[in-house]
Amino acid sequence: MPKRKRYYAAFLILFFLVLLFLALNLCIGSVAIPLADIPDILRGTAADTVSSDIVTQIRIPRALAAAILGGALALSGYLLQTFFHNPIASPFTLGISSGAKLVVALVMVASLGFSIRLSSWMMILAAFAGSLLCMGFVILASRVINHMSMLIVSGVMIGYICSAVTDFVVTFADDENIVNLHNWSQGSFSGITWDNVAVMAFVVAAASACVFLLSKPISAYQMGEAYAQNMGLNVRTFRVLLVLLSSILSACVTAFAGPVSFVGIAVPHLVKSLLGTVRPLLMIPACFLGGAVFCLFCDLLARTMFAPTELSISTVTAILGAPVVIYIMIHRKKDKGE
Amino acid sequence: MDEFYFYTEGLTVGYHGTPLIKNIRLQLKKGEILTLIGPNGAGKTTILRSIIRQLSPLCGVVWLDGKKTEQMSGSELSRKLSVVLTERIHPEMMTCEDVVATGRYPYTGTFGVLTKEDRRIVRESMELVHILELKDRDFTKISDGQKQRVMLARALCQQPDIIVLDEPTSFLDIRYKLEFLSILQTMARTRNLSVLMSLHELDLAGRISDKIACVRGDRIDRFGTPEEIFTEGYIPKLYQMTTGYYDELTGNLELPKAEGAPQILVIAGNGTGTGVFRRLQREGIPFAAGILWENDPDYSCARALAAEVVSVKAFRRISSRETERMRQLIDGCERVVCTLSSEDMTDLAKDLGELYAYARAQGKLIEY
Repeated sequence: MPKRKRYYAAFLILFFLVLLFLALNLCIGSVAIPLADIPDILRGTAADTVSSDIVTQIRIPRALAAAILGGALALSGYLLQTFFHNPIASPFTLGISSGAKLVVALVMVASLGFSIRLSSWMMILAAFAGSLLCMGFVILASRVINHMSMLIVSGVMIGYICSAVTDFVVTFADDENIVNLHNWSQGSFSGITWDNVAVMAFVVAAASACVFLLSKPISAYQMGEAYAQNMGLNVRTFRVLLVLLSSILSACVTAFAGPVSFVGIAVPHLVKSLLGTVRPLLMIPACFLGGAVFCLFCDLLARTMFAPTELSISTVTAILGAPVVIYIMIHRKKDKGE
Repeated sequence: MDEFYFYTEGLTVGYHGTPLIKNIRLQLKKGEILTLIGPNGAGKTTILRSIIRQLSPLCGVVWLDGKKTEQMSGSELSRKLSVVLTERIHPEMMTCEDVVATGRYPYTGTFGVLTKEDRRIVRESMELVHILELKDRDFTKISDGQKQRVMLARALCQQPDIIVLDEPTSFLDIRYKLEFLSILQTMARTRNLSVLMSLHELDLAGRISDKIACVRGDRIDRFGTPEEIFTEGYIPKLYQMTTGYYDELTGNLELPKAEGAPQILVIAGNGTGTGVFRRLQREGIPFAAGILWENDPDYSCARALAAEVVSVKAFRRISSRETERMRQLIDGCERVVCTLSSEDMTDLAKDLGELYAYARAQGKLIEY
C-alpha cells in the first residue's frame, strides 16, 4: 500500500528533523559546542564546566521548550481549524494568543506591584483565562459572521485591541520590570528554566493525549456537524472539549513564550501536504512533531542570525509562516474559481 | 401500532418555539418507502430534521423500533438510522472510499480503525450503488450526481434499519434519478430497509412510494398510498398551482393553454397529436382537437391545452353528435391539421376519414 509507505516516510522524516534540530540547538550559539562533547555533558562527565552549564542550564531547557510549545501551538491551530472549518484559523489569527497575553501581562504587573513571585501554574491559569475570554468573543462573532475571512478579520481586530491594552500596561509598568515584560510580550523562548519545562511538559502532554483520544470524533466532525451528529457524536460536548483543549494548549505557549505567530496555521498545512491525508489519527501526532521542528528551527534562526542580538520568535515564524497563509488563500480561491 | 417500525405521535415541529407543522402522524413499516411531498418551503426538511434529532421537536414523540428516539443514545440511534442530507460536505484529501468508510463510525473502536469486516462492508456498499470505480477518486473532484451516490453508499454502510433522505435526487440527471431510486427500492425489498425521504419529483414519488405524506400549510394534509393521494385535482390544490395543468394519472405536466377562440382544428389520436398541441401552445395559437377517445394518449394533453376537445367515452363508438360538432369546428376554424394517416382513419375511426375529406373539400387542410 503506497499510502502507508508515505505515512511511515513522513513520520520518519519528522522524527529525524526533531532530533537534528534538537542537536543543532544544543551545539550552535554564542559559544559553539562540538556535537562530540554533548554525550559527555549529558552524562555529567564533561571537563569544561562552562560549556556544560550553558548546555544543561540554558540550551536544553530552551530547546525542549521550543519543541514542546511548538507542538502545542501547531496542535492548538489544528483544533481551531477543525472547530471553525477554516484553514486559516489559529490562536494568533483569532486573537486568542493576544487575549492570553493581555491577562498574563495584567497578572504579572499586579504581582510585581504586590511583589508576589508568580509560579508557572499561575501564569498558565492567567493565560488560560485570557484565551477562553477571547475564544468566547470569537465564537459569539462566528454566530453572526458566516463568512470565513470576516471571522479572521474580527479575530485579528480582537488581537489588536488586546495587544494595544498590553502595550499600555507594559509602558506604565515599573522601569525595572519593563525589560523582562517587554521581551516576553514580543514572544521569545529565552529565560526558560527547568521548572518551567517540567510544568509545560506535564500540561502539554496531558492535553495532547486528550486530543489524540478525540481523533475519532474529530474525523466525524470533519464531515460536517449534521453528519457527525448522525454518526452518534454529541456535537455540543465535543465542541466544548475542542475549545477547552485548544485554549489550554495555546495558553501554555503564551504563558511561557508569549505570543508566537503563524505556527498554528503553517504547520498543520505543511504536515497535511506531507502526509497526503487529513486523518486525525495521523495528523495529531504529525502536527505535534511538525510544530516542534518548526519552532526549533525558528528559534535557532532567532538566536543566531544576528547574534548577539536576538530576534523575537514571532519575527522569524512570521517570515516563514505568513507565505504559507497567503499560499492557502490563493490556492482556495483558485479551487473555487474552477 | 406495534407493527409499525417507525411512527410519530402528535409531532409538532418548528424553529425557536414557533410551530411550523402541527400534529404530524407518519407511519412506516419495515421495507416500506414513505415520501414527503409538498410545495417549496412547506417544511419537509424541518420535519426530517426533527425526526433525525437535528432539531428538537416542539412536542410529540418519534418512535423507532419500539423505542422513543429521544431516549436513545447518539450511538444507538446511529446504528438504526442513517441520513443523506442536502448539506454539502467538503472533505479535504479524502477519496470516495474514505467518505463511504465514515459510515462505519458507530461500529469502530476508540480510534476509529477499520477492521477487515468494516472494509468488506464498505466495498459491498459501494458495489450496491455502482461506484466501486470511484473508489480512489478525490471526493471533491467528482460530479454532483456521483457525490450523491457516494453519500448513499456511506449511509448504507452504516447498516441502518431506516434511511432518511432529504431531496436526494435534486441534483441528479434523469438516468441517475432512476438509478438512485431503484437502488433504494431494491434495498427496501431485499434488505427490509425502511426509507423516509422528501422528493420534488411528483411522478417519481408516485411510482416509488408505498406511502406518501403531503405537507400543506401547518399540517400533513393527506397521508396514504399513491393511489389515495393522486386523485383528480389534488396536486394543483396542494401546490396552489394557478397556471398550467397536472395529470395525476400520467404525471403529465403542461403549461397554460393559449386563450381565445380556436383558430386551428387538429384531428388527432393514438398519441400523434401531443407534439402538435404543444407546438401550438408554444406559438400561442388557440386550437380545438378531436375526435379523441378519453383513453387516447393524446387526450390528457388535449384536455390541458385545447380550447375545446371533442371526445368520446372510452370503448364507445363515435356518435353523430361528435361528428356534427367537428363539422361546426371545421367551419369555424381557419385551418385544419390532421396528424393521422389514412390507414388510421378506418374501421372504428372511419368517421375521422369523412371529416378529413370534409376539411379538404373546404381547402382548409394544411401540413403543420
